[in-house]
Amino acid sequence: MRDVVRFRLDGVTHEIRNPDPTVTLLRWLRAGLRRTGAKEGCAEGDCGACTVAVSAPGEPLRAVNACILFLPMLDGAELWTAESLVGDDGALHPIQRALVEQHGSQCGFCTPGFVMSIFAHLESGGGTSRREIDDALAGNLCRCTGYGPIISAAQSLTDYRRYEPERLAPDFEMLAIEYEARGTMRRFHAPRSVAELAALALQYPEAVLLAGATDVGLWVTKQRREIETIISVMNVPELRELSETPAGLEIGAAVRYSEAEGALARFHPDVGELVRRIGGKQVRNCGTIGGNIANGSPIGDMPPALIAAGAVLVLRKGDYERRLPLEDYFLAYGEQDRARGEFVARVIAPRLPPGALFATYKVSKRFDQDISAVCGGFRVLRDGARVSDARLAFGGMAGVPKRAALAEKELIGSAWGEAGVRRAMDALALDFKPLTDQRGSSAYRLDAARNLLWRFFLENEPARAGATRERILDAAPVDV
Amino acid sequence: MPRLSMSETKPDAQQVIGEPLAHDSAAKHATGAAIYIDDIPEPPGCLHLAIGMSRRAHARVTRLDLSRVREAPGVVAVFTARDIPGTNDVGPVIRDDPLFADGVVQYVGQSLFAVAAQNVEDARKAARLADVVYEDLPAALTIAEAKAAQLEIEPPQTMTKGDVAAALAAAPRRLKGRLTMGGQDHFYLEGQVALAIPGEDGDMRVHSSTQNPGEVQHLAAHVLGVPGHAVTIEVRRMGGGFGGKETQPALIAAAAALAAAKTGRPCKLCLDRDDDMMLTGKRHDFEIDYDVGFGDDGVVQGADFTLRSRCGYSTDLSRAINDRAMFHADNAYYLPAARIVSHRHKTHTVSNTAFRGFGGPQGMMGIERALDAIAHALGRDPLDIRTANFYGPAPRNLTPYGQTVDDNILGALIPALEKRANYRERREAVAEYNARSKILKRGVALTPVKFGISFTTTHLNQAGALVHVYTDGSIQLNHGGTEMGQGLMTKVAQVVAAEFALPIEAVKITATATDKVPNTSATAASAGADLNGMAARDAARTIKARLVQFAAGRYGCKEGDVRFDSGRVHAGATSLSFAELARAAYLARVPLSSTGFYATPKIHYDRAAHRGRPFFYFAYGAAVSEVIIDTLTGENRVLRVDLIHDAGRSLNPAIDFGQIEGGFIQGMGWLTTEELVFDDKGALLTHAPSTYKIPACSDRPAVFNMELWDGENAEDTIYRSKAVGEPPLMLAISVFSALTNAVAAAADHKAMPNLDAPATPERILRAVNEVRAVAGMAR
Repeated sequence: MRDVVRFRLDGVTHEIRNPDPTVTLLRWLRAGLRRTGAKEGCAEGDCGACTVAVSAPGEPLRAVNACILFLPMLDGAELWTAESLVGDDGALHPIQRALVEQHGSQCGFCTPGFVMSIFAHLESGGGTSRREIDDALAGNLCRCTGYGPIISAAQSLTDYRRYEPERLAPDFEMLAIEYEARGTMRRFHAPRSVAELAALALQYPEAVLLAGATDVGLWVTKQRREIETIISVMNVPELRELSETPAGLEIGAAVRYSEAEGALARFHPDVGELVRRIGGKQVRNCGTIGGNIANGSPIGDMPPALIAAGAVLVLRKGDYERRLPLEDYFLAYGEQDRARGEFVARVIAPRLPPGALFATYKVSKRFDQDISAVCGGFRVLRDGARVSDARLAFGGMAGVPKRAALAEKELIGSAWGEAGVRRAMDALALDFKPLTDQRGSSAYRLDAARNLLWRFFLENEPARAGATRERILDAAPVDV
Repeated sequence: MPRLSMSETKPDAQQVIGEPLAHDSAAKHATGAAIYIDDIPEPPGCLHLAIGMSRRAHARVTRLDLSRVREAPGVVAVFTARDIPGTNDVGPVIRDDPLFADGVVQYVGQSLFAVAAQNVEDARKAARLADVVYEDLPAALTIAEAKAAQLEIEPPQTMTKGDVAAALAAAPRRLKGRLTMGGQDHFYLEGQVALAIPGEDGDMRVHSSTQNPGEVQHLAAHVLGVPGHAVTIEVRRMGGGFGGKETQPALIAAAAALAAAKTGRPCKLCLDRDDDMMLTGKRHDFEIDYDVGFGDDGVVQGADFTLRSRCGYSTDLSRAINDRAMFHADNAYYLPAARIVSHRHKTHTVSNTAFRGFGGPQGMMGIERALDAIAHALGRDPLDIRTANFYGPAPRNLTPYGQTVDDNILGALIPALEKRANYRERREAVAEYNARSKILKRGVALTPVKFGISFTTTHLNQAGALVHVYTDGSIQLNHGGTEMGQGLMTKVAQVVAAEFALPIEAVKITATATDKVPNTSATAASAGADLNGMAARDAARTIKARLVQFAAGRYGCKEGDVRFDSGRVHAGATSLSFAELARAAYLARVPLSSTGFYATPKIHYDRAAHRGRPFFYFAYGAAVSEVIIDTLTGENRVLRVDLIHDAGRSLNPAIDFGQIEGGFIQGMGWLTTEELVFDDKGALLTHAPSTYKIPACSDRPAVFNMELWDGENAEDTIYRSKAVGEPPLMLAISVFSALTNAVAAAADHKAMPNLDAPATPERILRAVNEVRAVAGMAR
């Protein structure tokens, strides 16, 4: 047990004793260290002006948003900022030089963040196709350049030489952190086993369980909430496990989106595409699927796909585990089936049965790094020409991710054909009374939801060989 | 295909004009070394401010109890309207913008008080603790509600040319329609910020992220109740402006200055993103009714436009912005008879303000929609209709406000672009694609831009500069223009370096400050380089003339035989370095410092009659955009853009291309993903990037071809260049027109879409459903 947060920056080890548990990394860098390259643009992880890179033993270098990362979360890491890349003689790093040469900055406020996103991308072995660059930079907003020269700069780095691995991560002896911040009642725990975590969760049933802070960070920076006890789950090995078996996919609650991206894409390409469009790279490099489910965040695009796939949630309290269908976990807006002292351990997505029809779609104002107005996940099983099982799950249509029970009923037992699908589309109006908000009107959501089901049918129409698949992102390639 | 091509650059004899030099701060941007105001080391004892904001759109404040704010941890002081020693106003034109609302609030987010605390978190937390009792008053939140309540910030303005009623009545064909378009948040990455440092004698130095230091100086002085000379405003750079830092920084700077004056301590106010988006003004949303008469050839014979805008609760710059919307209601087209009526509605929402284009984009949208509708009605290619209506030789060169269009290059530019973009072939390819594709539909459109350059408020067209030559030959440059990322400092430094035939490194760029160059206009109206480049050249030439005179006398040659070349000066048989000449001139007691000044010639405007020559010249351009839409969801994407833009003889093509593509993408955002959503109580719901979606990296079209028009400004501007800040934004109207075209394709062009802006997936799907209903097609 210790109360020191330890990390390395530019080869210098910083040991910070008893930090305020919710002080952000950005605040520490700017106010504490007077290192001001990283900027605050939004304090919610959506603009990327605060992007820095972190690396830890055994993990690829990651771009993260310093504005919503609590300082204790940095324990054991090597930290990189735009200033870190400048040579001892003041020479620009190749990424910085490329940005200068390609005229990649105008006002320059976003530039250090872009530098660090490109850095993390290339250091972790990313390529320079337009598609890869777009993904790497989806979490960095620039209001001046229109992105062209930034893309050109990144694409010019085809012969990028990565740092030697030993420069990338320190090798600290890792101990569990546990302390009470001086002069407050605020506690921070970072247990190192699931048994410790289970015990702490029982001991502090009101504690906030913290994974990547992509949601909890905003409770502090936006809602200005005071959090008394934080228990970080990120050092619990059992929760960091991801396994792909013939039976399905088991994702530990502390597995980050970026770590699960490959496995989810192998599960089904649509799910991979869905994950690619959740948050920016920085958000996926911190946020976890378990955290997104556990908080019952209405801002979650994963649950509809997982519910459609028939996913099961595993919760743990003390030594006791229980399982429930994912859709049953979401009781109502802001209310989940999670007891005091209980925590999400993992989510299990069974493999799609042979012959299953499956798709997931996300509709948002902007393609990348936006939250859906409507998100649909569909799985249909057939027995001959008839539908034997249907799971139609939607996000954005109710206060929680929800299955369309009446629409499913219209499909099950009838022939997989236009008539049944049309009846199911009509039934959606009985299943859902969606809200009107800044992401879309009630009428639009219902209309789009109907059409997503129609698209699912068109793409899987039995009558036509090589069914119609017209998707806008397929038809609009970026690498030309 | 190369991302950009440059029509042959023409390096001037001086080697720096026309060169694609990097932005002067580029390396500092990339390394994090560039200092923005929030990066300045805080002086000891610095306090941090936050603004307490109204939660009602229109209400009487019957009780403002700030005791919980005062008692909150870390709080040092709280300021309301009562604490203001001078005038409680930060309005740029009319005194209707209180620093702190006093008794009545007029929008959700309006400033009520400021709290100063030991650190920024404490200040922001405390600002939420006020106990305010409101007594609601009737609120008009939308254009429709303001119209019903007859609320306006000034009487309607009308511009007329000929007898429009007769022309409309006589025209063989006639079309009417309405287009609405939303506002736009500037979303500069650096939020509004000011740091005020008190001095002796009540002096105040304020670092303000502002495009308009002069105005901030005067408004802060009025608030403090001190003369202008007591307040100095300084700004080295902004993290983006786009018009959002033309008038809005006054409130921020005045609040910081007030707190600093009251506490005697440095005070910083740095708005967080949500507060910034709720408190500060945005682009005006507009509603345009058009009524056009035309012949079977598609030539417009008369046009009647009614413009209505949402100005928000105060006047701000809404008069000039709406004037500019009127000036651009014709865009690039000759209107034989025209009437343009402009209603400037007062609403109980944030006071809308300058935003790149300044009303021009909104004005143009009306006629571009009308021309698309005419083409649809006649079954013609919209490009042919546009071409048939361009300004031409006299008499087809007279604008509705009486200025003649004498520098029109669209007659040559449009065919060049049409060819460059393979417009005709691609129209056909799109039609073939649409015939095959059931769900996805494509659209393509070409639209032009003709944008008037000058402040339409004539007296603002002036600028000052200050140039010092030191005895080692190094030069310090200062002028009234501000740097917000547009590369102004680089361009003006190029001008000065060119005058002395020195490398750009010889010229030191310094922060804009009101104690160096006084009474300057905002860096706005695209005119930064036009005005400040000329003023700096004037200063440089004054010094240069003295040096020439000195050298001729000292080295015994004619003044005409003194030459500046590549860092050296040749005077008859003598050749010496510039530094040696500077040293020699100093020893001979020749003054090596000078101010410079410029006032744009030829312009005049009678606002009462809406007649005159408001613009020194016009900047032109055109773009072809191709888009694709999903008729099941309304999702859309811009696939390809080709454009040619006129920057005259470019001072710096790299910087100009940056303005062109950056402006285009910003305009595309305005017309597609950027949606300001207010609730029915007037509160902005989209006040952060999680909900307000500016274009992201992948939204940049995969194919984006740009070209600079090869030509020079017909007017005598700085090296015959043209202003480039705003005009390219309006090239993005081609995206909106292409989206309209794609929606029409969803119903086989049997109905003209009523697509409004921004063309979000929701609006596109609605428009698709409508055209299909009109065409009698099943959904």
